Amino acid sequence: MSADDPFEAIKQTFFLECEELLTDLEASVTALTFGDGDGETINAAFRAIHSIKGGAGAFGLEELVRFAHVFETYMDELRSGRKTCDDIAIRAMLHASDVLADHVSYARGLIPSMDEERSQTVANELRALMDDGGPVVAAAAPEPNPVEDPIEAEFDFKPVMFDFGDDAGAPEALPPEAWVISFKPHKRLYETGNEPALLLRELARLGPCQVTLDTSELASLAELAEPAACLSWSIVLDAPVEMEAITEIFEFVEGECDLVILPKSDPLADVTDSSADEVDIAALLAAATAPAPAAPAADEVDIQALLAMATAPIAPAPVAAAPAPATSAPATNSAKAAAPAGNAPTAAAGGQASIRVDLDRIDKLINVVGELVIQQAMLAQSVAECGIAASSTVKVGLEDLEQLSREIQDSVMAIRAQPVKSVFQRMPRLVREVADMTGKSVRLITEGESTEVDKTVVDRLAEPITHMIRNAIDHGLEDVEGRAAAGKPKEGIIRLAALHRSGRIVIEVSDDGRGINRERVRKIAVDRGLIAADANLSNEETDNLIFLPGFSTADTVSDISGRGVGMDVVRRSIQQLGGRISIASTPGKGSVFTMSLPLTLAVLDGMVVRAGGQTLLSPLSSIIESFTPKEGDLHRIGARDWVIRFRDRFLPLIDTGRVLGFSKPDSPEITGRDGIAIVVENEGGSQVALWVDDIQGQRQVVIKSLETNYRKVDGISAATILGDGRVALILDIDALVVLGRQQANQSEFKIAS
Amino acid sequence: MTKKILTVDDSRTMRDMLMLALSDAGYEVVQAEDGIDGLETLEREGADVVITDINMPRLDGFGFIEGVRANPAHRGLPVLVLTTESSAEKKARAKEAGATGWIVKPFDPVKLVDVVRRVSG
Repeated sequence: MSADDPFEAIKQTFFLECEELLTDLEASVTALTFGDGDGETINAAFRAIHSIKGGAGAFGLEELVRFAHVFETYMDELRSGRKTCDDIAIRAMLHASDVLADHVSYARGLIPSMDEERSQTVANELRALMDDGGPVVAAAAPEPNPVEDPIEAEFDFKPVMFDFGDDAGAPEALPPEAWVISFKPHKRLYETGNEPALLLRELARLGPCQVTLDTSELASLAELAEPAACLSWSIVLDAPVEMEAITEIFEFVEGECDLVILPKSDPLADVTDSSADEVDIAALLAAATAPAPAAPAADEVDIQALLAMATAPIAPAPVAAAPAPATSAPATNSAKAAAPAGNAPTAAAGGQASIRVDLDRIDKLINVVGELVIQQAMLAQSVAECGIAASSTVKVGLEDLEQLSREIQDSVMAIRAQPVKSVFQRMPRLVREVADMTGKSVRLITEGESTEVDKTVVDRLAEPITHMIRNAIDHGLEDVEGRAAAGKPKEGIIRLAALHRSGRIVIEVSDDGRGINRERVRKIAVDRGLIAADANLSNEETDNLIFLPGFSTADTVSDISGRGVGMDVVRRSIQQLGGRISIASTPGKGSVFTMSLPLTLAVLDGMVVRAGGQTLLSPLSSIIESFTPKEGDLHRIGARDWVIRFRDRFLPLIDTGRVLGFSKPDSPEITGRDGIAIVVENEGGSQVALWVDDIQGQRQVVIKSLETNYRKVDGISAATILGDGRVALILDIDALVVLGRQQANQSEFKIAS
Repeated sequence: MTKKILTVDDSRTMRDMLMLALSDAGYEVVQAEDGIDGLETLEREGADVVITDINMPRLDGFGFIEGVRANPAHRGLPVLVLTTESSAEKKARAKEAGATGWIVKPFDPVKLVDVVRRVSG
């Protein structure tokens, strides 16, 4: 390579491509596992492996190539139908995909070492299946080649042009001084885009050539439909080159021409060395078809060529008269017609066209669009403050602008949206591994793989999902005996689902295991001082204790679910994405973990409210309803707690301004102020009401991180800039509820003490 | 005149490799991702030489070459197939479809350019 950099860049591209290919492969194998694969699925798997091998070869990743080759060869057997794709085959494919992925990771430097032994074992497994392990479909496998052979052949990167019989024993100490070559192209040679002139030019590179054109078979111009298929050449090459050098030039046209290559010294060659006009091909042929004399270079190729010549019709007429499609059929249409009719429309409908864009560029665009939206909102506000009539063109224009800004924003966000598929597809392997380690039998069901969410969210989902699935298998599912005792099928089910719900993405990981042991959870929580011994907790609250830091219910700390990093870590990583996690469990029936995440981390639909003199934003997705309570709706519970009547129920009422510390401690109690109650729902599905001073309207805002720009604030998830340029804090409803509860407990405590 | 080469390969890595080797040698390169895309690109952009992979989704290399050859205007167009298989069978099938010649993957850039030059002058 001329420069290191572009090559290295391509290598990185290769690894990225490998990632995609491995995902495709995993998807294909998974489809086959569940019996919904067909010939094309196997084909797709084959192509993925093939592409990995192709690229790996280019970068000299020999071990990867070696393994990929065995895998590919096996897939080819399946693809061709020589072997059946049964359970054994699928299991082998699963193992092989895993090993292939490891090889790629190793080549990429992502894992420090390669489990060579495993690689060998799996490769041997594949070989065994190819040899005779798998049921053979065809009665006799064609060319029962030793399995090692193609692999070794692959490493012989020299293009293998002709099989020269490898007669290492036949010493040819010195090549002949000169060669005589007789070359008569067939029509086919021209049809495959080869050009005699170029071949002759190549010959001339080897040494001085004396070229003679034989036009004797040339038809008259009137009859000449086919160009030049009736020309032949004889060449005397005056250079002591190896035979291979010459045959290599004619490599591509083997079978598309009559070709005789003889050392000039050969008695047969004499025939051609006569006067130009009468190149005596017939004589040469006659001589050649006679029992071959001991010509030193007369090997298989020549004999074949000679035989071909002998049997080929010498008369020029049939060749020249061959129908010539060149003169008919309009040029532009035929290529289209040639494309399989079925495929072309699919191509259009499939919308496969895509371009790759650097993520940085998109993020920059998103950022700018965010600013645009803010700017637009500020402009609208200024105009509104000028008191311009609603019907004025300025107003109307601004409204259109707002509409357009929104559309731009939505479109830009859509660019970053990605299906969760890429994450979900990594899970089958995980499930297999954890199932193997725990000795449990597990089936993974995935749903909603095509659900789209912001790329950052997708990328950061892998870890928590991995953790939850590990947990579900390790702790959730009973072992085989346990399941039998519970009267459940031997195979445990883990379900991984994604869906859109009210502007958020919800990911559920559920199992049909034993469910949460509430007694134990409660005991542990009390033992560790996480809750008071006499705390009165609902089932839901008890279940959710497992998310508390330092909580681990596993009797034995296992390698699988990690050590000490429990569900609190999962919750933390979900929260960092502006998401929530909760669990619902039914003893004996299983558990459902539900993660809810924003679709994008960049914008938010919110309700602008004021509380304690501050402008705040409540995420619209969590708001159920807002209303102005009547006097009798508010009730005080205990010293400082309030509840509010909402549709014949009482909900806890949180004084937003006070909980966040905006209201002065001596500010009047809730009942002493005008206010509005906003009913919100937290992730667990329980509802509370937030008490605010007033509502200023609904707005879409661009989220600005508070943590990066300032610091983490309890009860606040982020900040934004409103149209009038004010900074508004975005409420973190769940955290606010928790905060409210804590403060209530503290004040109770103070009062009690 | 700079010669234009159309490369048809579903692997981005391979397309990049070809691009690097060929553009270093002074060729203009246009790319397509599969056989269908290849035929469309060829009609739209034209090319002096075509290099195509065999295993591709939608339309494989063989089908692509047949499509190229079906247009009389492209009958003399040099079309090279990329093949990792050194098997005679693949080459024979490619020839049957109308390929001019082949390049064995992984290719040495020098060799690649040499083969391109050989078939295109």
